Amino acid sequence: MIRPMINRDSAYFWEGTQKGELRIQSCNACGALRHPPGPACPSCGALDRGYVVASGTGTVFSYVVHRHPPVPGKELPIVIALIDLDEGVRMVGEVVGVPAEGDGAIEIGMRLRVDYNRVDDELTLPVWRQA
Amino acid sequence: MRGKAAIVGIGATEFSKESGRSELQLSVEAVQHALADCGLTVADVDGLTTFTMDTSSEIALARELGIEELRFFSRINYGGGAACATVQQAAMAVATGVADVVVAYRGFNERSESRFGQVSVAAATQVNTNGLDNAWTYPMGLGTPAATVAMQARRYMHEYGATSEDFGRVAVADRRHAATNPNAFFYGKPITLEDHQASRMIADPLHLLDCCQESDGAVALVITSAERARDLAQPPAYLAAAAQGSGRDQFVMTSYYRDDIGIPEMGVVGRELWRQSGLAPDDIPMAILYDHFTPYVLMQLEELGFCGRGEAPGFIADGAIELGGRLPLNTHGGQLGEAYIHGMNGIAEGVRQIRGTSVNPVDDAHHVLVTAGTGVPTSGLVLAATV
Repeated sequence: MIRPMINRDSAYFWEGTQKGELRIQSCNACGALRHPPGPACPSCGALDRGYVVASGTGTVFSYVVHRHPPVPGKELPIVIALIDLDEGVRMVGEVVGVPAEGDGAIEIGMRLRVDYNRVDDELTLPVWRQA
Repeated sequence: MRGKAAIVGIGATEFSKESGRSELQLSVEAVQHALADCGLTVADVDGLTTFTMDTSSEIALARELGIEELRFFSRINYGGGAACATVQQAAMAVATGVADVVVAYRGFNERSESRFGQVSVAAATQVNTNGLDNAWTYPMGLGTPAATVAMQARRYMHEYGATSEDFGRVAVADRRHAATNPNAFFYGKPITLEDHQASRMIADPLHLLDCCQESDGAVALVITSAERARDLAQPPAYLAAAAQGSGRDQFVMTSYYRDDIGIPEMGVVGRELWRQSGLAPDDIPMAILYDHFTPYVLMQLEELGFCGRGEAPGFIADGAIELGGRLPLNTHGGQLGEAYIHGMNGIAEGVRQIRGTSVNPVDDAHHVLVTAGTGVPTSGLVLAATV
């Protein structure tokens, strides 16, 4: 299992997944939403930031079926998608319960809904299922 | 920059899956070969430059070679994106008089020791902004170079109707060129498009034969001023342009948050190459395009202006990128066919084409465009036979 590096600029996101919230950084000055997050707003330069809780639904922009080589802590194949959240930001997520090929397989445009994979007391990963 | 510096010497070790010696020794051997190639000695070298990723420091290499004093040393970040930028660094140093003779080197046991195709836990957990960037991908299961490229490739197919066969044509061309190169790992082993399609899936839509091999080996390049170059043993490969590029919202292999994703950083490099050289794509008879994974070769052709957006599948059809075509690519066999030395072996092939010593010579290769790693902040060169 590869654990995320977390620092004070990204802690809010991982605290959110622990509570079952998918959080998106927001700029308290101009309101711009952003993911991945960072300490300054690329739109207006403000350092004052907060977050909004996403609705948890999005659309597949692209995807990968990872078949080789092994990935620590994962069973192969892994379906990984680039998801356009309804709020307008994009994030990478593991897709579960959706086949890699055949009927009902992952495809661009598929609607997904976030769920949560509690790894241990310190880490909960967002995962995505078909909406 | 134009015409102020030249690559005058090239050297390499053999390319293999197990070198049987240290990474530092590989770089020492490559530098010795490169100096012998141009008739210079270690006493002439006063600068060294390499990749941030290289495990052999400039001073360690200087000690082994017997270089007493260095006046210039530098490193370039971002994996294979550094390749052409090491030459740019060297050229800027000699053009400004900071150094007289700079050697750019890269050596690794990337197959027999730390394998680049595997998931790198070290990359995911490094305590810096790269580690923070990787927190948005590795824990989700996206952790190999092939998978990060596959994400881009899938979207490219969706946007432009490109197919796996279109990617495969790059592999077929490279392997055809490698088949006649005795130094290539895949010497005597061409493939067909059917072989490509039948090779196993690694990260859909990438088949095994869309991915370069992991290799052991080293390459070194000697750079000096255009004036000094004229007195050396080999015809100079002058630098008509040398550029770096990073794009908006740039990440390493995972620039996924731009509207169109893609590789606009190579567009930055291309525009700068044309600006410095005064040339245009129509002036370029051949190119060495970084090919660790086939889809990025198509996207580079578009970013560099050889064809329009989404037109690369048509551009590469009918043998256009093979010997005798409109734009022969990777005449040494590329990283898919010769070896994956992080793009440095491609620069050496560009020099051989300018000299007329390639095993697959292109008629009147007066200019050769060479690019570095794709999906990362990158770099490029235009080599020229005359100033």
